[in-house]
Amino acid sequence: MVKKIFAQTYLWILLLLLYSPIVIIIIYSFTEAKVLGNWTGFSTKLYTNLLHTGTHHSLMNALVNTITIALIAATASTLLGSIAAIGIFNLKARTRKAVGFVNSIPILNGDIITGISLFLLFVSLGISQGYVTVVLAHITFCTPYVVLSVLPRLKQMNPNIYEAALDLGATPMQALRKVIFPEIRPGMISGFMLALTLSIDDFAVTVFTIGNEGLETLSTYIYADARKGGLTPELRPLSAIIFIVVLALLIVLNRRAGKAKK
Amino acid sequence: MCTFAPQIGMNMQEYKSIIEISHVSKSFGDKTALDDVTLEVKKGEFVTILGPSGCGKTTLLRLIAGFQTTTEGVIRISGQEITQTPPHKRPVNTVFQKYALFPHLNVFDNIAFGLKLKKTPKQLIEKKVKAALKMVGMTDYEYRDVDSLSGGQQQRVAIARAIVNEPEVLLLDEPLAALDLKMRKDMQMELKEMHKRLGITFVYVTHDQEEALTLSDTIVVMSEGKIQQIGTPTDIYNEPINSFVADFIGESNILNGTMLCDQRVRFCGVEFECVDKGFGENTPVDVVIRPEDLYIFPVSDAAQLTGVVKSTVFKGVHYEMVVLCNGYEILVQDYHHFEVDANVGLLVKPFDIHIMKKERVCNTFEGKLIDATHVEFLGCTFECASVDGVNEGENVIVEVDFDKVSLLDNEEDGTLTGEVKFILYKGDHYHLTVFSDWDENVFVDTNDVWDDGDRVGITIPPDSIRVIKITD
Amino acid sequence: MNKKFLIFLSSRKSWTLPYLIFAAIFVVIPLLLIVVYAFTDDNGHLTLANFEKFFQHPESINTFVYSIGIAIITTVACLLLGYPAAWILSNSKLNRSKTMVVLFILPMWVNILVRTLATVALFDFFSIPLGEGALIFGMVYNFIPFMIYPIYNTLQKMDHSYIEAAQDLGANPLQVFLKAVLPLSMPGIMSGIMMVFMPTISTFAIAELLTMNNIKLFGTTIQENINNSMWNYGAALSLIMLLLIAATSLFSTDDKDNTNEGGGLW
Repeated sequence: MVKKIFAQTYLWILLLLLYSPIVIIIIYSFTEAKVLGNWTGFSTKLYTNLLHTGTHHSLMNALVNTITIALIAATASTLLGSIAAIGIFNLKARTRKAVGFVNSIPILNGDIITGISLFLLFVSLGISQGYVTVVLAHITFCTPYVVLSVLPRLKQMNPNIYEAALDLGATPMQALRKVIFPEIRPGMISGFMLALTLSIDDFAVTVFTIGNEGLETLSTYIYADARKGGLTPELRPLSAIIFIVVLALLIVLNRRAGKAKK
Repeated sequence: MCTFAPQIGMNMQEYKSIIEISHVSKSFGDKTALDDVTLEVKKGEFVTILGPSGCGKTTLLRLIAGFQTTTEGVIRISGQEITQTPPHKRPVNTVFQKYALFPHLNVFDNIAFGLKLKKTPKQLIEKKVKAALKMVGMTDYEYRDVDSLSGGQQQRVAIARAIVNEPEVLLLDEPLAALDLKMRKDMQMELKEMHKRLGITFVYVTHDQEEALTLSDTIVVMSEGKIQQIGTPTDIYNEPINSFVADFIGESNILNGTMLCDQRVRFCGVEFECVDKGFGENTPVDVVIRPEDLYIFPVSDAAQLTGVVKSTVFKGVHYEMVVLCNGYEILVQDYHHFEVDANVGLLVKPFDIHIMKKERVCNTFEGKLIDATHVEFLGCTFECASVDGVNEGENVIVEVDFDKVSLLDNEEDGTLTGEVKFILYKGDHYHLTVFSDWDENVFVDTNDVWDDGDRVGITIPPDSIRVIKITD
Repeated sequence: MNKKFLIFLSSRKSWTLPYLIFAAIFVVIPLLLIVVYAFTDDNGHLTLANFEKFFQHPESINTFVYSIGIAIITTVACLLLGYPAAWILSNSKLNRSKTMVVLFILPMWVNILVRTLATVALFDFFSIPLGEGALIFGMVYNFIPFMIYPIYNTLQKMDHSYIEAAQDLGANPLQVFLKAVLPLSMPGIMSGIMMVFMPTISTFAIAELLTMNNIKLFGTTIQENINNSMWNYGAALSLIMLLLIAATSLFSTDDKDNTNEGGGLW
């Protein structure tokens, strides 16, 4: 019993440390003060500022860019990665290991390396950096994770079900569509979600491939903003919203996963 | 009738064979799974392909189903060659060992899968699926999830999924292997019933010889990629063609014997009357006696053999006893119980003594004479007793008796090395088949106890090597 | 030759081709470019000058070593604080709340800049000056979920019969931990160390924001060089960092399965 109290206390202290920054931001998102730490009375002005696209155009722009880039990159990596996973699954052991290694390079490299290497690529080829290069860069580091999400589903699939489909009269393409695809769909979905998150959260790769034409994502916006000194107050409600949304999503996903297990 | 036949190129007689397998071989890289297999399956019969793991039975089934293509040879179904036809175009359906039900579909959709592919109208699909479910005794299970079913239920759905397509041949790959004993016995009976009701050809693969004996019209015994024997269950059981089949099917006593003349054989140091003829005079033979065919009783004059009981095990239906007679250990099964160390007599009726021709009486190898005291065979040079009358470099035949080959634990101490592939107990010694690293079998008689798969060193003393000149 | 290629194309193995071509262009070639730039100068001539520059400047080596030091401190802190947390979370006797687990993992899914921002806000709020302490706190704060999650995963999947077997054989709780639990949780620990150590050596934004650009980490140096068009030098530094990462990953992964069985992130 004592053990349990100790344990829970430890957890709560850690949680306190982990969440105090966020809590502070959330609290101070409800006040108007420019500087964090000043409480000038409860107000939702920052929220209304944020949601009115008139004011703080660039922040909303950055947010929209972040989301669209993420959606495009996630979709492309899911397609590319799922097809690749099926191909890899059919390879002989030695080739599979080699391809697996190439696949894991973007994962093992720090994102700064991926960013710089792509920067050098675009610079050498004379490609101007902007939206397209960022999307390509995101696809580069998202696809390996999709492959790693889909491949295990293929491995734990009963290998006979493909043959069973053929045996029952399906052509190879039909068998693929009707039997293999439903099996990997969960892997594709979790791969997509993962790619989406990685893309939204990314900073290092984006900053090297975004160019100087004024394109901004959430990460680069905050970075530029913070460097100028003094954080834009509207970032507080934005951070608060992001935290709440992610928390809600995670809880919902966990509930569904728990139900599925039963 | 026969006027149509010339056009199609066959007559009514031939058409009775629904599956024709002609000289089929299959290799995976340098590993041969099937070696020149020829087999005919008659329409409507229940054929079981029986053998130990690795004998090639599953490969053969998969070739018929189309999941693998032959390296050599031709397969015909209903007279049509289908060797290169992909599986989805063949008129066969398979029931897999691990059921392979589609996890994302319920029972109804699983069974309807093949019908939907053929674009069968919805009404008809429903009718057929319901009929199939009834046939396997799973009515009312239509909308259940497959992972909520037990093993036996899943197996039945797998069978329903296959038969609903009304194939000409149903292939079953050890379908009952994953079920417990009671369930297996029940399903065996149900399968036999289904076979009768459906009237289609069943090709069944298993390693369980009891299952094969229960279910089949015809049994095909396979080992190491080759067919050993084809016959009815009674044929295979009562008249095994060689020691492999005799040993694989049921329990047997397999002993060395000498056929003195027709209907008279000598083994265990005693002469017996038997019913087989045509083996010649004083020919070495293998004698097979089923344990249940031996009568065991307290010692008396009626006994043909006398001995001492070495062990007794209660098997439920009967007792299994090992009796030592004249240095030979004989396995006996009987309802009567005799204690260890009891003196007993054994008797066997002439009809129950089965004689098999020996496949070989000694090891025979092709070799080359190196010099007067050295001969090369099995890829190694052996020292031998000096040979006259043969020139150096000439090809020769080398003979070595089974009991003159020595096997060593330490591979390096042998002239060559190999692996123990098959162990046959002959009552007073073991007759081993050792697959040497020269890819040839070496047969050894020994009293040492070895295990399947043991790696051994092989040596042969020089004076046991008989070099024989090849006379044209 | 042609026939074999056609057979390959028609088989499912050829499905790897689109991705392999993509990876060749966007993964392999860029890395090769780093190597090329590292070994050339402004005019494209082969040279070792970039590396000489690195080894000759005490400043750059200092930064490098300092960054490794910070990374090690961060990793160790994350391990010491995170392992007990993971242990408690995975132990059904001490924690039954799934939400607790979610709360610890939540920060991983939030944008890294937002997380760093929050840390800055914290220090602003308490009027604590930014600097080295803030940096380490910020790093630990940022990366501790990445240590907790893989260890939690491994501990969760661990077969409890190992613990029972150890107890049955006479081990006291400490011995059970040291001799059974710890070794079995190694894959998760290794995974966690990798996922913390590697980003911490290559990070630059966190350092900038949390120290008002006063403390430069190795990553910052690289970034500055690239931004100032010192591509060759920057590439050389990147190569050095790459080698460091490669060395660390070789050291900890002995199974090249690449399926992240060891309680990896996904």
